[in-house]
Amino acid sequence: MAKTTKKTTVKKAATVKPKVSPAISPIPEAPRFFEKPETFNQVSHSLTKVDAMGLACGTQKYVADVDFHNLLHIKVLGSPHPHALIKSIDASEAEKLPGVVAVFTWKDVPRVMRTTAGQGFPEPSPYDNCLLDNKVRFVGDRVAIVAAESPEIAEEACSLIKVQYQVLKAVFDPEKARDKDAPVIHDEKDCRVPIPIFYDPKHNHCSHVETRVGDVKKGFKQADVVLERTYYPHYAQHCAIEPHTCIAYLDENDRLVLRSSTQVPFHARRITAQTLQIPIKKIRVIKPRIGGGFGGKQEVLLEDVCGLVTLKTRRPCIWALTRAEEFMAARTRHPMVVTIQSGVKKDGSITAISMRIISNTGAYGSHALTVLSNCGSKVLPLYRADNIEFIGDTVYTNLPVAGAYRGYGATQAAFAMECQMDEMAEAIGMDPIKFRQLNHIKEGESSPIFKALGEGREGVDMSIGSCGLEKCISEGMKRIDWAKKYGKPGTGVKRRGVGMCCLMQGSSIPEIDMGAVFIKMNEDGSFNLLLGATDLGTGSDTVMAQIAAETLGCRHTDILVYSSDTDMTPFDVGAYASSTTYLSGGAVINCASKVREQIVAVAADMLGEKMQDITIEEGACYGKGRKSSVTFGQICTYAMYEHKQFQIGAIASHISHASPPPFAAHFAEVEVDTETGEVKVLKYVAGVDCGNAINPQLADAQTQGAALNGISYAMTEEFIFSDNGRMLNPNFGNYKIFSTKDMPEIETFLVPTYEKTGPYGAKSVSEISINGALPAIGNAIRNAVGIRLTRPPFTAEKVLAALKEQAKSGKKASSVKAETEKKPEKASKKTPVAAKAEKPVKPAKPAAKKAKASEKKPAKATAAKKKK
Amino acid sequence: MKLNTRINGRDLCLEIKPNATLLETLRQAGFKSVKFGCGEGMCGACAVLVDGKPRTSCITLAGTVEGSEILTVEGMGNPDQPHALQQAFVDAGATQCGYCNPGSLIAAKALLDSNPNPTAEDVKDALDGNLCRCSGYVKRIEAVLSAADSTASTTGQKKSTRGKK
Repeated sequence: MAKTTKKTTVKKAATVKPKVSPAISPIPEAPRFFEKPETFNQVSHSLTKVDAMGLACGTQKYVADVDFHNLLHIKVLGSPHPHALIKSIDASEAEKLPGVVAVFTWKDVPRVMRTTAGQGFPEPSPYDNCLLDNKVRFVGDRVAIVAAESPEIAEEACSLIKVQYQVLKAVFDPEKARDKDAPVIHDEKDCRVPIPIFYDPKHNHCSHVETRVGDVKKGFKQADVVLERTYYPHYAQHCAIEPHTCIAYLDENDRLVLRSSTQVPFHARRITAQTLQIPIKKIRVIKPRIGGGFGGKQEVLLEDVCGLVTLKTRRPCIWALTRAEEFMAARTRHPMVVTIQSGVKKDGSITAISMRIISNTGAYGSHALTVLSNCGSKVLPLYRADNIEFIGDTVYTNLPVAGAYRGYGATQAAFAMECQMDEMAEAIGMDPIKFRQLNHIKEGESSPIFKALGEGREGVDMSIGSCGLEKCISEGMKRIDWAKKYGKPGTGVKRRGVGMCCLMQGSSIPEIDMGAVFIKMNEDGSFNLLLGATDLGTGSDTVMAQIAAETLGCRHTDILVYSSDTDMTPFDVGAYASSTTYLSGGAVINCASKVREQIVAVAADMLGEKMQDITIEEGACYGKGRKSSVTFGQICTYAMYEHKQFQIGAIASHISHASPPPFAAHFAEVEVDTETGEVKVLKYVAGVDCGNAINPQLADAQTQGAALNGISYAMTEEFIFSDNGRMLNPNFGNYKIFSTKDMPEIETFLVPTYEKTGPYGAKSVSEISINGALPAIGNAIRNAVGIRLTRPPFTAEKVLAALKEQAKSGKKASSVKAETEKKPEKASKKTPVAAKAEKPVKPAKPAAKKAKASEKKPAKATAAKKKK
Repeated sequence: MKLNTRINGRDLCLEIKPNATLLETLRQAGFKSVKFGCGEGMCGACAVLVDGKPRTSCITLAGTVEGSEILTVEGMGNPDQPHALQQAFVDAGATQCGYCNPGSLIAAKALLDSNPNPTAEDVKDALDGNLCRCSGYVKRIEAVLSAADSTASTTGQKKSTRGKK
């Protein structure tokens, strides 16, 4: 609570708006709403993914799938210590090894502070690292770079580098990172934040966010029950099957080309130029096929090193992370300590929510502020409460570096919030679904949180234009058979339970993200669609082709998509923040509309008709009454060769003024073995409202993949550390991600709504469904055996320990049994079994007292709120 | 040293280092569908058929496949004439990033070669060694089952009743 009165300076970044009349301004005014056509020909159809056959036949090329003559191989020596100064470093032995071409230590490279977070400029992440430093801050941190003729030689050379470390005291516990006696991880003088936000590295305090709506103290007083509990969402790695890979080479014009597995090619170009201190025009970044990213490749991790080696040696080079390096030295999900205190009345209204978070960003502050902000902004608006408080702090520790990971804070906070929702319902004896239905946000409603919490600056006010959550809930209940299963654990050794949760996310970062598109027409009526949007396996190339085809009036197979090449395609922020379909899709409509207009104009000229009489259907233009027609091919040929020649084509971009949330309801059924503690997820149901799905099959696939990733995270994925912060299980043998035999029965369904601000009604779908498994399974375990697990993953050991604890404290599982032996009633009316079997761990009264005691300081409005 | 194999129906004599893995040997020979995922035989991205049996090529020494017949996804079919499994993956929407697809298709082919009429459980067993982070596996299981159906219908094999997925 020490920081609660600290003022944050979440200020609007200085953007100078030129004062020009909109009528003559070349600055485009993007539409707030896209027109809805009467029928869809290309959109809303599960058309074949444009790259699918190439992927299935192995002909599509990923970064490493091209051959380069004379290729150097890079290895980076990682630190064996979690916190140490490099007192001396001697690479002479390594350099002597035959086949070694270059070795770089911190002495050989310019010191340019920057962030590796691939975010918009200026980034809301601290500039707290450089290419190579004389200090290491986690096990695996960069010490030296070796380039050699083979990976084996490079690896051997690494072992020949003599490093003398002065080992420093390390801190691993995020709750102790800001203690007085904690070692300062970033004591360098040149670390800083590029925008005016809170940053206090001297106390390992990387970011701070504070927002208040109403008065939580007052809210707690109004409550019949006040509950408080702390949750500990854990470390996780993205585990894209393709490891981070980058190839660098000099092209025929002596420019540096980076062929990289990145989600953010334009940010990668900018940050590499910054780090290597060369002009942006000297760099081209190409993103070929990418083998999955999930946020892990929203980080500029390899490009600087590869660029350095190629510029210094004038030879092409490759750096591909090993799986162990992926785990230890790439990025992870921010582990957090999430404390929720909430007040609820017996009638089911929520009077106050206080969410306090300590987020562990590890050794560097990549995405530190924004992941933290998202904990509030993507979770708190879901339920109505007059009094809300969000206090978040990100701290440095000497552990692996966190970063962007699908869900981006919402995963961690939704776990806490949705478990708390069940706890609240239980405390007032209300069905948890009814409780959510009573409180969740609905169409036409807004939340003050939207404006109060942005990404590094104030957010954007908006109201909900589309919400299919109600249908997600009702349909999901049917599919999991809630009425029959809730509160009926059975009597044997193996008990069953069901749990659920509601979720929201966003669709792009409003008024920050931008996507741009270029379309040109070819004389056979096909189109090249060149765009910055980054398909990393999601299918966005296909989605964009469908949107373009729908707008132009042709088939998606006539759209030739080329994405993410900084020389060839216009800018796009990249694939993150659930933005591509919603944001870049808008740019596609803007661009294709312009091209369509040109097509109509040429057709009118050719047919001797008025433009307003021309209609388009399946790649042909028709005159009035469909008496005459010309095909797209004829139109382009005419425009190219015959009369008043010009290239039919256009460029356009798009920003959004809103970030409409997709909604979801997830349900899990589990079986808990009370003798071994083993939890088996039997069935998982995920219903999602992603607006109008551009390609339902792809949207469904996104949901299935995210759901299983979430389940795997909840059940088995875990970073195990040694005493000195070394990850002990950096491989798929010991860091268990789900495979086919582990999967429960998964059912997913889409609830169509129409989002007017989205392209053809679309909202995002990619991230939301990773957030559901932790709370849904956690709630299901509670329903089955009456224990509340706050420290995932839900391994057998933890479940067994909690069951033993429960038995010791006298609240035996048998009480659950006794309850369940009653005649089944209608679930919606029934008091939850667990609520009777075991009162909340922190009983209502003392919690309320604690709330009073802890609320010494008057609640302050935040900077954001004051601005109103 | 020299390695004599038959890869995707073509006899090849490759010059290899004695400690070369089959993965790097195949990739150097141009068979880029064979992917590196973990280097420890844990993820299946590098799976190929060696004499009809799926093997993780990243932990197989190239020298041990002397005289063997190897199949990679390039040898299963091409976009012009895809294998039934490749077509099924495309139709079912089982390709997302696609990086794990070649290995999974190889494992699926090994399954259908030995069991043309698998249940969903059989498919799960066969593909268990092929990790995928994008898909949640649902669509690829459907794809393998539907490929089995289409192969069976063309070869006139009788279907047994399948277990629920």
